[in-house]
Amino acid sequence: MEMRNNLVRKVVVPLVAIIIFLAIWEWIVWINGWPNYKMASPSDLGPSFWKYRVLFLEYGWDTFWRTVAGLGLSVLVGTLLGMIMGFSRIIREGLYPLLVGFNAIPKATVVPVIALILVGLDDLNTVLIAFLISFFPIAVSVSIGLSTLEPEYRDILRSLGASRLTIFWKIALPKTLPEFFGALKVAVTLAFIGTNLMEIVEPHGKGLGHLFDSGKINADYPLMFSVLIALAFLGIVLFYIVVALERIFAGWAERE
Amino acid sequence: MSEIELHEVSHEFSTPDGPFPVLDNISLKVPEGAFTSVVGPSGCGKSTLTRLISGLIKPTKGSIKLGGTEIVGPKPTVGMAFQNPVMLEWRSVVKNVTLPLEIVAPKMPVKEQEDRARELLKLVSLEGYEENRPSELSGGMKQRVSLCRSLVHRPEVLILDEPFGALDAFTREELWQIMHSLRAEEKITCLLITHDLRESVFLSDEVIVLSDRPARSQYRINVDLGPERSLDDLYTPKTTELLAVLRHQIEVAQGRK
Repeated sequence: MEMRNNLVRKVVVPLVAIIIFLAIWEWIVWINGWPNYKMASPSDLGPSFWKYRVLFLEYGWDTFWRTVAGLGLSVLVGTLLGMIMGFSRIIREGLYPLLVGFNAIPKATVVPVIALILVGLDDLNTVLIAFLISFFPIAVSVSIGLSTLEPEYRDILRSLGASRLTIFWKIALPKTLPEFFGALKVAVTLAFIGTNLMEIVEPHGKGLGHLFDSGKINADYPLMFSVLIALAFLGIVLFYIVVALERIFAGWAERE
Repeated sequence: MSEIELHEVSHEFSTPDGPFPVLDNISLKVPEGAFTSVVGPSGCGKSTLTRLISGLIKPTKGSIKLGGTEIVGPKPTVGMAFQNPVMLEWRSVVKNVTLPLEIVAPKMPVKEQEDRARELLKLVSLEGYEENRPSELSGGMKQRVSLCRSLVHRPEVLILDEPFGALDAFTREELWQIMHSLRAEEKITCLLITHDLRESVFLSDEVIVLSDRPARSQYRINVDLGPERSLDDLYTPKTTELLAVLRHQIEVAQGRK
């Protein structure tokens, strides 16, 4: 009984909500008699996916690996920056205004700049935008995690003569992991946005953004909506990869 | 070989407003295997004293010796426990206890490290909780784990910085007794910083009263209750008198009398 209730709540109800949503959408298109160059209906999406299936796989992969590469760079640089800021107050105070200022720039305006500077290097500039847009929350969370470490945590090891590196490895790093993963969940969404920004604003024949753009040029609404749904799917997959990693590495922070 | 000796120790912190004296010319000696408590008004520099003895900071003046050798930095022969039991939430209870061994004796087989930890956990009646997460323990249990961790590497000197301060009265008394049984098993020289006069009397051989900041040692008293003590000993006329003397001295220290 308990399990059946759970199944109804977690699977059946959301499924019904999706079906109702699609039905309303289909109905609106049908009642208005909109053709495909004006608006797509859900029943157009299947054929569209099938028609462009090879492109979806190929471009979807482009978008996926570029996002992951950008995010990987973010984790690396963000963690390093966060570590430096977390351990040195002077560097933290020195870098903070610069970082906040940088983060405040709408990234859509950086896209053409990067595209222009690194013209032709499409993979690199896309990865770079994904990185630039997503490293900030990671750097901030790691630095806050380290700088707010209670002195006793450091002292239990320092009083035994442990090196700073050992203290970082055994205490500071694991203790910061929950904050880190919190930031990584934000960062993965941002990196995904960054990749798509570059692919759509500066189309260069790769990625789901490019597929979307060609749909736009041809007023192919079924294709555009199919891309949106593919993007949503990819975004969800990326997010849950992070959630799975969090469960593995910082699951201890969860309380029942 | 593991006595604690402070000789004319003074310490001041440098602040933007100039030096800020915390300890003023303190000399004290804890003989090997003895238990000494330090009491004093809050903020008088008691915690600074523990950080000095553990070698985390260096005194501005004077010398501190452990077992006859001057302290120049942190030493693995020292164990520490704080008011905050500092649990590593991502580790099991037994792994929290083995932490110092990973630093002091990294070559020791994991099995041996854990056996030693289990032995101590048993002493503090935490048998059966070895694999639990710290978040599943009560405050008193966490503090017991913290005590085990401070002893796991068989330190010669144990420094306790108000470890029972944040516990309720019943749990505190229970831990005092556990502290007694730990002392019987593990041969250690002990320095306890505390606010609680009854605690200082119950646990130690000597109580030192520090004055208000900058702290000077202003009074010391021997507690000759013998090695076997029960909580009832706290309610005898003799201890009541001891406590009254200590209370009076604290008030003098605070400048209220």
